[in-house]
Amino acid sequence: MDLQPSSKSSSPQSLKEVVIRFAGDSGDGMQLTGTEFTRAAALAGNDIATFPDFPAEIRAPAGTLAGVSGFQLHFASHSIFTPGDAPDVIVAMNAAALKANLNDLKEGGILIVNEGSFTKANLKKAGYEANPLEDGSLDGRRLIAIDMNQLVAKALDETELSPKEVARCKNFWALGLMYWLYSREPAKQIDWIQAKFKRKPELAKANILAFKAGYAYGDATELFQETFEVKSADMPQGRYRRVMGNNALAMGFVAAANKADLPLFLGSYPITPASDILHDLARYKRFGVTTFQAEDEIAAMGAAIGAAYGGALAMATTSGPGLALKGEAMGLAMILELPVVVVNVQRAGPSTGMPTKTEQSDFLQAMYGRNGDCPVAVLAAKSPADCFDTAIEASRIAIKYRCPVIVLSDGYIANGAEPWRMPKPENIPEIDPGFRTDPEGYMPYARNPDTLARDWVRPGTPGLQHRVGGLEKDQLTGDVSYDPENHETMVRLREEKIQNIANDVTEAQVEGAQEGDLLVVGWGGTYGALKQGVAAHLAQGNKVGHLHLRWLSPLPRGLEDIFKRYKKVLVCELNRGQVWRHLRAEYLVPAEKYTKVQGLPFMVSEIKEAIDAHLAK
Amino acid sequence: MTNVAKIKEPAEQAPIPFTRKDMKTENDVRWCPGCGDYAILASIQKTMPTLGVAKEDLVFISGIGCSSRFPYYMNTYGMHSIHGRAPTFATGLKVSRPELSIWMVTGDGDGFSIGGNHMIHLLRRNVDINVLLFNNEIYGLTKGQYSPTSEVGKVAKSTPYGSVDHPVNPMAIAMGAEASFMARVADTDAALMTDIFQKAHEHKGTAFIEILQNCIVFNDGAFVQVSDKKQRNANQVLLEHGKPLIYDDGKKGIALNTDTMKPYIVDLEANPEKTSDLLVHDEKDATGMLCHVYAWMRHPEMPIPVGVFRALQRPSYDEAVNAQREAIIAKEGRGTLEELLNDGDVWDVD
Ligand code: SF4
Repeated sequence: MDLQPSSKSSSPQSLKEVVIRFAGDSGDGMQLTGTEFTRAAALAGNDIATFPDFPAEIRAPAGTLAGVSGFQLHFASHSIFTPGDAPDVIVAMNAAALKANLNDLKEGGILIVNEGSFTKANLKKAGYEANPLEDGSLDGRRLIAIDMNQLVAKALDETELSPKEVARCKNFWALGLMYWLYSREPAKQIDWIQAKFKRKPELAKANILAFKAGYAYGDATELFQETFEVKSADMPQGRYRRVMGNNALAMGFVAAANKADLPLFLGSYPITPASDILHDLARYKRFGVTTFQAEDEIAAMGAAIGAAYGGALAMATTSGPGLALKGEAMGLAMILELPVVVVNVQRAGPSTGMPTKTEQSDFLQAMYGRNGDCPVAVLAAKSPADCFDTAIEASRIAIKYRCPVIVLSDGYIANGAEPWRMPKPENIPEIDPGFRTDPEGYMPYARNPDTLARDWVRPGTPGLQHRVGGLEKDQLTGDVSYDPENHETMVRLREEKIQNIANDVTEAQVEGAQEGDLLVVGWGGTYGALKQGVAAHLAQGNKVGHLHLRWLSPLPRGLEDIFKRYKKVLVCELNRGQVWRHLRAEYLVPAEKYTKVQGLPFMVSEIKEAIDAHLAK
Repeated sequence: MTNVAKIKEPAEQAPIPFTRKDMKTENDVRWCPGCGDYAILASIQKTMPTLGVAKEDLVFISGIGCSSRFPYYMNTYGMHSIHGRAPTFATGLKVSRPELSIWMVTGDGDGFSIGGNHMIHLLRRNVDINVLLFNNEIYGLTKGQYSPTSEVGKVAKSTPYGSVDHPVNPMAIAMGAEASFMARVADTDAALMTDIFQKAHEHKGTAFIEILQNCIVFNDGAFVQVSDKKQRNANQVLLEHGKPLIYDDGKKGIALNTDTMKPYIVDLEANPEKTSDLLVHDEKDATGMLCHVYAWMRHPEMPIPVGVFRALQRPSYDEAVNAQREAIIAKEGRGTLEELLNDGDVWDVD
């Protein structure tokens, strides 16, 4: 079969942006379909943003609501910042997927369903009493029901595959159909399948057949009145790639180690949704990376501190429950004054919570989750691509100030993808580890007067032998000290050192109105939704500004003045008001909050409405 | 970006010789007078200059407890870390700095209660670290609670009616984790300590040394049978590679009943011809069969085995990790940032 661009006489209808959600059983391969369609959009020059949403169970019972896995993709011919509030198109591979997602579909949206999986048993598992494809309950949507099971089986008739294997090719059939519907060039996808299943030619052949059959089906049938296209976006000049947050963090740390000319050491214990950073860095051995999969979260942190003591750029990756376990060891790193970076990819808590769902509820834990007065540096990444810069920034500050730095990411940006304009490696600034080797006048806890950082001395350096430990130390010699005045001095020095970081990072900057009625404050992965929510108000002429905090500890300089320029301050975050509480305490600013704790990111419409409500108050 | 944080080539300069006196710090040693820790410290300070390791390449890492104050008294690099976690810091350091000689100091509570998990994983990974377990069967620093190695019935601060808590057997746990080097010695046996420390240093992999240490304040005389020089010969059997298990000045030996797989005492004075029945120690036996037997030999039924139980060569974790990375770099070439960033679907916008 030879695939030509659509043979329909009319040319595709041009759209500015589209939001598609693929949904099916965890075993249906919807994450792959979504990822591949995203890749096609990215390579075609669209701006993209994705939101994979999957259950914690690897294979929840087939056909049930609990087992539904979804992948939302927003692609556009202009700049976008979120995966979109409501899908224009939903592809539902079974009854449960339809039920779980239907309410989100835009009015008049396209609903493509795999009719073949709407069996009695599946309808029952999804909680349907009657078949929604037949009882008129889907009226008002553009319903396109296709028996993909049968069509895939027919397309793969000649192959030797078992019925189960044939069924697993459905996702490529669906992908083929979407390629046709959105006028994508199929050749590259076929090459990709070929390469992906290089070692299993049978599967390569079957998936290509399924993909082509899906494409041809759209072309040959009259189910669709039209096809669509989304032209490439006008993006700044440069070299791009598609990147997910976790991968961008991994690359960022490799880059930082490279720029500091240090070996990179990762201590980690697998935990959702942070494990992909471990997976990526484990692949990056040839870049000089050492990964250590520890026996538990504490050991991962301890090993990182041990490596930092030895002179590596050391880091640990985890999620909320793991950060709780690392608290004591982080306190040690803080009092030893060694550089170490801890990445917390936040997920919905408390306790085990909802491991695959996003939240921003570890801010207070990051700030205060240790015994004693134990300030550390905390910063947050705002988007998948921003994770790269965040990793470098965290490493630079940890090394310069000899302190633990916590990077807050979240499940949403960890797994979400966007196009990334890559920096030129030579433009990434060098980092100077500044090891001390001179024994003359060495005092282990003497400090650099500007940064208040102490010297980083590696074991093996002649003449600089000294002992460090978790007991309070004398402010110069580092010997154990129970002196009351010395303890007060040390607690203050360590605090001041963290505050000094504010001299070293960019000042707070407001997007949108620089003064006026309302300042929207956010941090981390909510950036896109806040930006677009504020943009909608700016378009209406409202005086709304958007302040997005990269640094949370220390807070950037200039916040006090910024707060004064607005009548109201509204802190939006995916928790019950943690940064809100912190800002009120620090600045006595009468800020209000808008929060959401559903394991889901903000929708732009929610932010827009929240701003409406606060402007009206 | 370098691969390991090595700061000098080993051959670059021969280590500058130093003496036992160079090992002392200015800090006052703050153990209770008469504590067994003093003798261990003295033996370590005596051994270090004999190892051929540069002074600056020695690192002592400890957890929390009386024994864990050890690094403060060694004029080397040292870290007094947090409770039970010393193996984790030591592992991270050794993996990134394989050329260092790392000595970990822990106690029965630190190493086998709060840190039991890490101990097991350190031993099974076989990280090239020397572990000094000061086993005094009591919590000293928290002032006298029973420990995970205290016997059932132990009356201590937290067990006024006697402990009902079944103890762990450190040697048996070490065997379970397939420790590649295991040894035991009493804190009063300076000569044997020095010998074992040297062997531990030569061993590539985790060297686990159980030191029967007397806590004079809270558990005095816990090991009197072997720490008292007058009783020692009758109550301990020294394991020596290739030699039969004979003790009590040649009067007794240990043989194995191969039907029950239990050891028994042979009276060599009465039956000198039975010398040929005795177990012959093989520290390199890969099955570890006899190590299990030794681990479960307890006083007063049996003499306490001391010396090197096991010294088996198997790859150390730090070596394997670094070798794997270097092999990948040798095969695929050193990765550049350019390659890293371009590894994926990239496109250009003009
Ligand atoms: S309490 Fe016991 S173990 Fe601790 S220093 Fe005193 S005698 Fe030694």
